[in-house]
Amino acid sequence: MITQQQIDAIIDAVIAELQRQGVGNERGSALHAIAPSHASELNLDLPDITTSEYRTRSYVENTRKPDVLRALMSTTPSRIGIGHAGPRYRNIPQFIFLADHAVTQDALFKEIDPALLQQFNLFQVQTQASNRQEYLLRPDLGRKLSDAARKTLQEKCVKNPDVQLYVSDGLSAAAIEHNLRDIFPVIQQGLQQAGLKMGTPFYVKYGRVGLLNDVNSIVDAKVVVTLIGERPGLGRAEAASVYMGYRPQPDSSDADRDVVCNIFNGGTNPLEAGAYVVEYIKRMLKHQASGIKLKLIEQGASK
Amino acid sequence: MLLRTKLFGKTYEFRDLRELMGKANEDKSGDHLAGVAASSAIERAAAKYVLSEAPLWALYENPVAPYDQDEVTRVIMDAVDQNAYVQIKTWTVGQLREWILDNKTTNDDIKKIQNGLTSEMIAAVAKLMSNMDLVLAASKIRVVTHANNTMGEMGRLASRNQPNHPTDDPDGIRAEIYEGLSYGSGDSVIGINPVDDSLASVQRLLEMSYKVIQNWKIPTQNCVLAHVTTQMEAMKRGSPAGLVFQSLAGSQKGNESFGISVGMLDEAYEIAKKYSVVPGPNYMYFETGEGAELSADAHHGWDQLTLEVRCYGLAKRYAPFQVNSVVGFIGPEYLYDARQITRAGLEDHFCAKLTGISMGCDACYTNHARADQNSLENLSILLAAAGCNYFMGVPMGDDPMLSYQSNSFHDAPSLRQILKLRPLPEFENWLVEMGLWDAEKLLLTDKAGDPTMFVR
Ligand code: B12
Repeated sequence: MITQQQIDAIIDAVIAELQRQGVGNERGSALHAIAPSHASELNLDLPDITTSEYRTRSYVENTRKPDVLRALMSTTPSRIGIGHAGPRYRNIPQFIFLADHAVTQDALFKEIDPALLQQFNLFQVQTQASNRQEYLLRPDLGRKLSDAARKTLQEKCVKNPDVQLYVSDGLSAAAIEHNLRDIFPVIQQGLQQAGLKMGTPFYVKYGRVGLLNDVNSIVDAKVVVTLIGERPGLGRAEAASVYMGYRPQPDSSDADRDVVCNIFNGGTNPLEAGAYVVEYIKRMLKHQASGIKLKLIEQGASK
Repeated sequence: MLLRTKLFGKTYEFRDLRELMGKANEDKSGDHLAGVAASSAIERAAAKYVLSEAPLWALYENPVAPYDQDEVTRVIMDAVDQNAYVQIKTWTVGQLREWILDNKTTNDDIKKIQNGLTSEMIAAVAKLMSNMDLVLAASKIRVVTHANNTMGEMGRLASRNQPNHPTDDPDGIRAEIYEGLSYGSGDSVIGINPVDDSLASVQRLLEMSYKVIQNWKIPTQNCVLAHVTTQMEAMKRGSPAGLVFQSLAGSQKGNESFGISVGMLDEAYEIAKKYSVVPGPNYMYFETGEGAELSADAHHGWDQLTLEVRCYGLAKRYAPFQVNSVVGFIGPEYLYDARQITRAGLEDHFCAKLTGISMGCDACYTNHARADQNSLENLSILLAAAGCNYFMGVPMGDDPMLSYQSNSFHDAPSLRQILKLRPLPEFENWLVEMGLWDAEKLLLTDKAGDPTMFVR
């Protein structure tokens, strides 16, 4: 049994240590604002550790160069400078991680905001996956349009465009909400300026990358491009990718495709990504190829 | 071909080896997706039982894809040592299982028959094993390789320093490398997955990581895990690379979807031998993972474990420094939950060791699978007990670029401490010189965990 005296001594020592270290450094506990008056009355009113204050804080004990450590930490969103208890994690980083993992699950089941689709004039169709659970377990269904979708695309889409662009939730609808406003106009305007004939854009619910093939069996475009949500990372669901291919056929594979990935503010900037995509499309049209084939042609040409 | 038994008076019959192999697999969502899984636990038990009586020659003669139609099959069959094969061809799969588990059977004995095995046989025997069988059997087999340091010896556990960054920012990646080194991670490789697969970006990261290695005289090697064609080009242009990386699939069609072929890998291997900055003789790094073939519709109606083991058969051609499956990386459509991921991780490691390649594991999960950090830690403890060569080291296990969770920089030192394992020998000496590792107590020192020690 620890005596009351011992507890008080520990608390005193801890407070003294915290004061010595100064604010915001090396704190293994979030409990700094409330100095306990009496250990007998339990009074836990803890701050929110998911705020950036706690995320950007260093948990390394006894660093010799606190400024250098802060500078290193500021270069990456990765969880560095987290210190250790023995070889394991300290408490606060551990709880931030657990909280992040918990909220990430929600992102997977989020649906797209219909107002956003309206704003960009995107009508909605669906793949053969009928719900999110089925989508997760049956990627084959996410690569095929539903019968209703085929009919709608037949009716509404311009045929034989130079470029067919469409949007899909993929594994994160939040990623589309996060990026569409920035990237979509850049791609559209870039392609128009290049004098390319655009297809009719639309939105596909429960899409996989391989859907490019099925879409092209209806619109017969030279290049097909999809903006699609990437799988959510820990506490992050905002990254989207653009996958594209030259004249996708029913048996085209990932080797025939190219990707610009990690698109979000903090990753590949969506405006720049849009410009990059336009460049890619022009190169595909120029060499009439995409994927590995395009890469090999271009490497050959540069020798 | 007749493949039949009765259990509790009821008959279970299997059309051919392909069906039998699928149904003898432990339960996995990917096998259900492919339509090859057993429909009940009792059918699975029957399939395992029947498979145990099948002779090895039958598996030799019935590969996943015909010899003349699939170059992965050709690589595997052409590598079979006929002298070794005649010794074991009449054994049943069940006999092979008991022989491997037998206390009289040693690492040397296994090495003697190893080159007579095909991937289909190796997958088959794994299907008969329980999880502890897989750990025990694998723990007998050592595969030792060398690049700039020595991997795979008994009592050693390495860690790949995986400093990925969502914009490939060299400063951010360097900071992560420092953090990892300060925990003793990086003896397997400092291996960066680039966001941008362009030549310029890959060259920049090779230069930067090589400079860190040189500045601190670290006995390790660097690698940028772009598509192999990009790495080949970078090396031809003089960029310093230690290991050459590529993801593999277990069928020709699967590899085509990855944009590679045996011819291309042969060329990459030659380039690696010629231009790699490490002494070798092992220069290649491969990753694999159950489900990649099915995802490219390239599985020929076979189960995902068998296709996975064929990746190891292909990898062996290139005497790789290291190979790891990224078990759980793709998602729940192939491995649904922690239980399936754990099983697959143990199978992959055992099968690769039995194939004769240096095997580590990226024990991981995605956020859409039913798994968590606890289940991943469990798997890595099991695998470390099985003698796994290395794990990943990711800052707190969270990779913000690949969007999945893996082992952390903290895990290798923890496993070393729990199981009395050491870092790779040359790297261990370096850690001691740097004051980061107590080689007597097998513990990190108080200096560990502070990346600023690498900033002068
Ligand atoms: C999952 C994944 C894989 C899985 C895909 C299997 C599957 N069924 O999902 C596996 C492990 C097989 C894989 C392999 C490779 N991948 Co990958 N992959 C990812 C990851 C982590 C997530 C993708 C995602 O969220 N997709 C969204 C969902 C909705 O798509 P999906 O339809 O379910 O799945 C398809 C795509 O994921 C696609 N895909 C996956 N990777 C790649 C890479 C390329 C170049 C292409 C064209 C397509 C592609 O394949 C799937 C099946 O069609 C991303 C990282 C990221 N931030 O996006 C890297 C990423 C896209 N992959 C990358 C690379 C380099 C590769 C490889 C070329 C590595 C190599 N050296 O061999 C190989 C080969 C890819 C190919 N041509 O087939 C890079 C691309 C960099 C670039 N700008 O070109 C990324 C960004 C990661 C990285 N930086 O290393 N990958």
